[in-house]
Amino acid sequence: MEIDPLIFRLSIFILSIFVGYYVVWSVTPSLHTPLMSVTNAISSVIIVGAIIAGLSGGSESVFNTSSIFGFLAIALAAINIFGGFLVTQRMLAMYKKKKKDK
Amino acid sequence: MISANLSAIFYLISGVLFILALRGLSSPETSRQGNLFGILGMIIAITVTFLSIGNFSTGFIVVLIFILFGGSIGAFIAYRIPMTAMPELVAGFHSLVGLAAVFVAISAFLNPEAFNLGTPGNIKLGSLIEMSIGAAVGAITFSGSVIAFLKLQGIMSGSPITFKGQHFINATILISIIVLIYLLCTTQSSNLFWFLLIISFLIGFLLIIPIGGADMPVVISMLNSYSGWAAAGIGFTLENTALIITGALVGSSGAILSYIMCKGMNRSFFNVILGGFGATEDNNSNLTKEQRPVKSGNADDAAFLMKNASSVIIVPGYGMAVAQAQHALREMVDTLKKNDIKVSYAIHPVAGRMPGHMNVLLAEANVPYDEVFELEEINNDFANADVAFVIGANDVTNPVAKTDPQSPIYGMPVLDVEKCKSVLFVKRSLSPGYAGIDNDLFYKENTLMLFADAKKMTEDITKNL
Repeated sequence: MEIDPLIFRLSIFILSIFVGYYVVWSVTPSLHTPLMSVTNAISSVIIVGAIIAGLSGGSESVFNTSSIFGFLAIALAAINIFGGFLVTQRMLAMYKKKKKDK
Repeated sequence: MISANLSAIFYLISGVLFILALRGLSSPETSRQGNLFGILGMIIAITVTFLSIGNFSTGFIVVLIFILFGGSIGAFIAYRIPMTAMPELVAGFHSLVGLAAVFVAISAFLNPEAFNLGTPGNIKLGSLIEMSIGAAVGAITFSGSVIAFLKLQGIMSGSPITFKGQHFINATILISIIVLIYLLCTTQSSNLFWFLLIISFLIGFLLIIPIGGADMPVVISMLNSYSGWAAAGIGFTLENTALIITGALVGSSGAILSYIMCKGMNRSFFNVILGGFGATEDNNSNLTKEQRPVKSGNADDAAFLMKNASSVIIVPGYGMAVAQAQHALREMVDTLKKNDIKVSYAIHPVAGRMPGHMNVLLAEANVPYDEVFELEEINNDFANADVAFVIGANDVTNPVAKTDPQSPIYGMPVLDVEKCKSVLFVKRSLSPGYAGIDNDLFYKENTLMLFADAKKMTEDITKNL
């Protein structure tokens, strides 16, 4: 009997939770704020679904109810992607070590 | 047009890059590279999506326009936002992830053919379950984050809003969400889908209003987690590995942060979520502990104490963020260091309004991160330090957490500030902290209260050094 592909996705999901668990525990507490902003940015990979939704109309009807929701989702996710990665970058650039010569 | 197998492999690669992005945050040196991995993963995911659809017509241009539109707003915010406003920003961003998840779910519900999920009114059962869970969690994330944002921004009062029968109403709504998802899956009725979204928005709103300002670190972490689970739900619907991996990562990340924050307050997750903390306790404690003598001083006294110290530990809290005193503080520390005084910073896990809030503010003020220590690392050093300079913190230094089992904060890990030879407390008034309890530290023999705005006081001390 064939295994339902859902089981494979579920396996990926469960294993990723474990990966996430161990990776996040190793994050240094001083970087918890950047951790939140970067997780924000990466969870906006939901834009992938938004793009599929936006292009669902084909070339004849670019705008239909379904694709308009897709386009809105694209804009929201894009705010998060650009905003999230850039603000993380900005924060991380501020973390500096003590100057040795002082 | 690339094959489905090839694009699945690319999605897997971008998922792995996201893991590396989080892995990079284990130390500040590797973190910048980690962020680049994250950006790369995102570029791969978006490019592969375009290639797999292979539709480069008008729709493609519209998509690009919306990406550029959203992207420029995001970039603008990212460069303009002051570091003190990070909690609001993160809450705002969470709400966008939630709403995007809802929109994608709506789109998939209206036009399932585009996602290979069946036809309207006849959507595959598994997909419909995943979709409605994703949509419900997304809606809760959205409205919850909006409330968190309004509270953090000060548009809405930070004090808990409670009313009679609150828990009963919330429980009823949560149960009806489950019932609705079940009915939706059996009937495929679009009315039920809309109704599900509406009550999910409502419950997100109701869940966050009873939670007070200082519990925001837990709320933000929790909403972070929700946004991840919403993304994962949509990932299952779209059968997309990158989304499933990311959703799981973000979900567990937020859950761990909530756990760390709850532990920092010695409160259970449910205790925080049920809310209303600090609203009930303050009346009686104010009556019993009235009018005890305190020693208060001015900038001159503080400067004198610090000049004669050989080591100083600084304890920043939310008050420092409110007064924007981090730059003034660093200038004061620079002057101290010139006089060969050893200075370090002690950060309590729940100082501020989000995890790591104080660290970012200090980093912004050019404080080297190797002078900043977490509670466990530095707590033993207080006994050997000459001066503790508490700026904008209160409950996290309260020794009552160690001594009085009756106290609402009993058992909460606190910084052992009272072990220092002398304690300087910058505060605007004697008012109790968020927990609504008096701080014994104010009345100790070796405590000097400095009643002033944190920024102004710090600047005055620097002048007197």
